[in-house]
Amino acid sequence: MTATRRPRRRLGTARAPLALLLPAAVGLAFLVLPLVGLVVRAPWRTLPRQLTAPGALTALRLSLETATLATVVSVALGVPLAWLLARVAFPGRRVVRALITVPLVLPPVVGGVALLLVFGRNGLLGSWLSDAFGVSLPFTTPAVVVAESFVAMPFLVIAVEGALRGADTRYEEAAATLGAGRWTTFRRVTLPLVAPGIAAGAVLCWARALGEFGATITFAGNYPGTTQTMPLAVYLSLEQGDLDSAMVLSLVLLVVSITILASLRDRWISSS
Amino acid sequence: MTMLDAHLVVDRGRFRLDIDLSVAAGEVVALLGPNGAGKTTTLRALTGLLPVTAGHVTLDADTLDDPDRRLWTPTEDRHIGVVFQDYLLFPHLTALDNVAFGPRSHGLPRAAARDRAAAWLARVGLSEYARVKPRRLSGGQAQRVALARALAVEPALLLLDEPLAALDARTRLDTRAALQRHLADHPGATLLVTHDPLDALVLADRLVIIEDGRIVQEGDAATITAQPRTDYVAQLVGLNLYRGRADGHTVRLADGFALTVADSADGDVFVAFPPAAVALHAEQPDGSPRNTWPATITDLHRHGDNLRVHLDGPISAAADVTPEAASHLHLAPGQPVWAALKAVETRTYPAAGEPPAPPG
Repeated sequence: MTATRRPRRRLGTARAPLALLLPAAVGLAFLVLPLVGLVVRAPWRTLPRQLTAPGALTALRLSLETATLATVVSVALGVPLAWLLARVAFPGRRVVRALITVPLVLPPVVGGVALLLVFGRNGLLGSWLSDAFGVSLPFTTPAVVVAESFVAMPFLVIAVEGALRGADTRYEEAAATLGAGRWTTFRRVTLPLVAPGIAAGAVLCWARALGEFGATITFAGNYPGTTQTMPLAVYLSLEQGDLDSAMVLSLVLLVVSITILASLRDRWISSS
Repeated sequence: MTMLDAHLVVDRGRFRLDIDLSVAAGEVVALLGPNGAGKTTTLRALTGLLPVTAGHVTLDADTLDDPDRRLWTPTEDRHIGVVFQDYLLFPHLTALDNVAFGPRSHGLPRAAARDRAAAWLARVGLSEYARVKPRRLSGGQAQRVALARALAVEPALLLLDEPLAALDARTRLDTRAALQRHLADHPGATLLVTHDPLDALVLADRLVIIEDGRIVQEGDAATITAQPRTDYVAQLVGLNLYRGRADGHTVRLADGFALTVADSADGDVFVAFPPAAVALHAEQPDGSPRNTWPATITDLHRHGDNLRVHLDGPISAAADVTPEAASHLHLAPGQPVWAALKAVETRTYPAAGEPPAPPG
């Protein structure tokens, strides 16, 4: 792609009308203030002790591991799904696309209940899993991954489908004229072309998985060490009246997610 | 030996393409036509990116398409190389890997594919750019990589879609010369799609001209430049063209205007003459073997060293006059003049058997 560089004129702030500026400022404050509050009110003195408490680190590690695994699952299943939606015209494509977005608007707790109905001991698949393999999914670490994937994968599918639709399909036609079948074309042309879109989708997906609460607590429970992720630990601390601990855990979650998102973002911007 | 033999029928809503094409091994055929004539549709149908509604495509004795027999070959299984208009080099691959892509897709091991790609890059003179990504290639270089990529699969049919259109005038000249050499070496058939008559005349052995989805004229360059059969072709080769009924040395056009011509003929004919054969005068000129008519100037613009003057009147025509003559006559749009044409400058040839719309 050749980018034509146009001389850019600096727009003075004086040009922004007040009717837009004012709500914009309020909106910004609304988004930033809670974070400021978290930083200001954090119990900095007891922070080192709180941080090294075994429960906190365990929850953090579990959160990072499950969110990453959920992202891997989402990429592995979501990218082919996005390709199907973007490149293959099949009957009912609109319905499928609508179904995929349901988990986006569904309250996560409802998602958790739905997962229980499928994978629970008496669920549609759960009873079969239990009979055939003696495996029970709910209230285990894999259940956390499943819950997070369920909630986060739609973000990835939508982002990747958008990238695929935006990509120039004539490159795929060129690959076909060179003798490449659809799989080779997908692997060697499509995938590299939409890699930035996949990365962006994966980040969205990972961030959503990291913050997942409702579906996780419903489907996987809240067991320290196996299913208690950071958001769950924060909630538990609040329940037990330990505000300091809740704040420290929140702060850690905040710092970790911002650090990772920022570093990934910088990397892509510099490489693209 | 006929390499490509095709009868393409493609229905696309109100547009219908219906043409017969055959290209011999080693032959370069140029497909010319105005925008929307069906050039791109032809190309896509041949590559299998667009299914034909009817007809057939036979390449190297292999039937690729035949809807009647429910036969259709997917694009990747056709022995066709394509140079796309804006090349479509894969942006994430180096020049070498772009060229190696085809051989690799055809099942060559990685090393062998790269060897072949390197050989092709050398043939187009770009060995030192093997590791360069397409965005760092100039237009001319990208065109050569695209050509190498298309030829590296050793296609039975090479398709070139406006291969020089994206280049500036200077690069186009060099690239055209290089392209001519490579096409001469290509043992398969070549179909060149273009709207530039110069590309067609320089690169092709034979010209096929399509308008509105149908072939209006085909033949070698000399015939087509001498005897255009439609307004589009006449414009392409820079001639005034009329159709009428000849009776000896007089040709009566559809609107009743009569031209005196050099060649004696009978029946439906075309009359063609170059703009330089039309002289302009302020007063009605005298002298007998001439065609003269009053005209009004509708437009003038520079054309090479001369001025091209467009005339309206009993017939519309283009005339080339020298700048001296133009300033002497004070030519300007809207001005009435007298046009004169010597009969000896005209060419008359039969129009019989020609279906398409009569030129005006």
